[in-house]
Amino acid sequence: MGWVVFALAAWAFGWLLNVWLSRQPATPLVRLAMPVIFGLTLIAIWEGVVRGFDISAVLLPAPSAIAARFVVSTAILWEDFVQTVIKGALTGYVMGCGAAFLTAILIDRFDFLRRGLMPVGNFVAALPIVGMAPILVMWFGFDWQSKAAVVVVMVFFPMLVNTVQGLQATHAMQRDLMQTYAASPVQTLLKLRLPMAMPFVFNGLKIATTLALIGAIVAEFFGSPIRGMGFRISVSVGQLALDLVWAEIVVAALVGSAAYGGVALIERAVTFWHPSQRSRS
Amino acid sequence: MRSVVPVLTVVGAIFVLWYLAAIWLNAPWAYDKAGRAGVTLSASELVADTWAQEKPKLPAPHQVVTEIWNTTVEKKITSKRSLIYHSWITLSATLLGFALGTGLGILLAVGIVYNRVMDRSVMPWVITSQTIPILALAPMIIVVLNAVGISGLLPKAMISMYLSFFPVVVGMVKGLRSPEVMQLDQMRTWNASSSQTFWRLRLPASMPFLFASLKVGVAASLVGAIVGELPTGAVAGLGARLLAGSYYGQTIQIWSALIMAAALAALLVAVIGVIQRATLKRMGMA
Repeated sequence: MGWVVFALAAWAFGWLLNVWLSRQPATPLVRLAMPVIFGLTLIAIWEGVVRGFDISAVLLPAPSAIAARFVVSTAILWEDFVQTVIKGALTGYVMGCGAAFLTAILIDRFDFLRRGLMPVGNFVAALPIVGMAPILVMWFGFDWQSKAAVVVVMVFFPMLVNTVQGLQATHAMQRDLMQTYAASPVQTLLKLRLPMAMPFVFNGLKIATTLALIGAIVAEFFGSPIRGMGFRISVSVGQLALDLVWAEIVVAALVGSAAYGGVALIERAVTFWHPSQRSRS
Repeated sequence: MRSVVPVLTVVGAIFVLWYLAAIWLNAPWAYDKAGRAGVTLSASELVADTWAQEKPKLPAPHQVVTEIWNTTVEKKITSKRSLIYHSWITLSATLLGFALGTGLGILLAVGIVYNRVMDRSVMPWVITSQTIPILALAPMIIVVLNAVGISGLLPKAMISMYLSFFPVVVGMVKGLRSPEVMQLDQMRTWNASSSQTFWRLRLPASMPFLFASLKVGVAASLVGAIVGELPTGAVAGLGARLLAGSYYGQTIQIWSALIMAAALAALLVAVIGVIQRATLKRMGMA
């Protein structure tokens, strides 16, 4: 009973604290503190409910149990991280986004290709591409190469569509100006169109970070060597070792957020001139 | 209409590449078979063989089309081997999850727009939640919900819901905030209560944004339903067809399930597009 009271108290305390904070002037510190308090409150409620209602660890382990498991099995988690994130997702991410970027520049040169490929690309970007995973696992074997292949296929089209859209983002007046300067097509591309395309490119890169992780993990459900996050999750679910599953999910969440944040930071450095970045500072 | 010719050219090119790739990928097996039978293959025999293998590495388009025809039109809908039956299983989970996700998304968006505490504390988490590869959670959600006695449609729908609520929240927040200051001032001049402002100004103004996010959301929730079917041990649904096909090396079956999923996604997005056009036309926005 005590833990249920704890959960209720944590809820009330977190809520009141945030209500009070929202009345304060919005300094960066307050802006950061509010979501953090919200998250901590959720974790406290989770812990209290699990302990208070005596929920079996097979159903929902308490955050403290997950944290304990995380600390104990760092070796396994690291091995899975290297296999899935570094070898599978990152390789595929770099290859897929790079290929899509180059293809977009190529497509942009030919209006016929652009008008033909863009509707197809938009269509493919909405398809359940994860379904390609079993086929690619069959083609490229069980190791990380097949995971990278799935990631390449998954990130290619969102990235392509965004980059092509970005390359179209220049105004007629700006292009006219480049023409008055007698700029060659390459110069126009490098000095005007690529910089203008950057906000779109980074949008694509951000979408692709999550897709890459999803692709790499889901592809492991269809067959993998005896390591990797997707493999560990599906095996541990079978063994009802839910605390290890949650530890893997914590890793995945951390990696996903860190990758997204990293891309966002690079974006801020590259597109510092864009209104959406300026207004924040 | 200007882009019909280019699109058809690109689609045609994809088919040509597909047939060529089928020859290239299936040739080793064809040579292997011929070698064991002690015959040499002429070029035309090779092509014919690579386009008609039973378990090819890459089935030719017409093989997939035949398989889809056999499993949709020729089989009874109630049959376990009918692709329509499996599509329906997936579609029902998708639609339920999509409806739940849209409802949750709209509620959250209203909360975020009208409550500053929610805006500042929940919105960052809504965004963070999408950087988490949620599909990795799918097997666990399904096992856990199975353990508490919830099975069948709902666990899959939960995954669909999680994937589809995000675009709706983001779109609706943008949409509900889209009325300009002048329009809000006009409502105030008319002494409109805040619920009147919501129903007569903010909600109608958010419709274009809502439909744009619904299109993204429905595609995402189909992906969720398919992936949600993978860990349940492949009982029924398009995801189960994919998994069973990959266990038994039935490539034609995988491809036909994949094409079916693509058709389903296209259909869902098209339906929303039609509703969007009708609604916006009635509202005088398009």
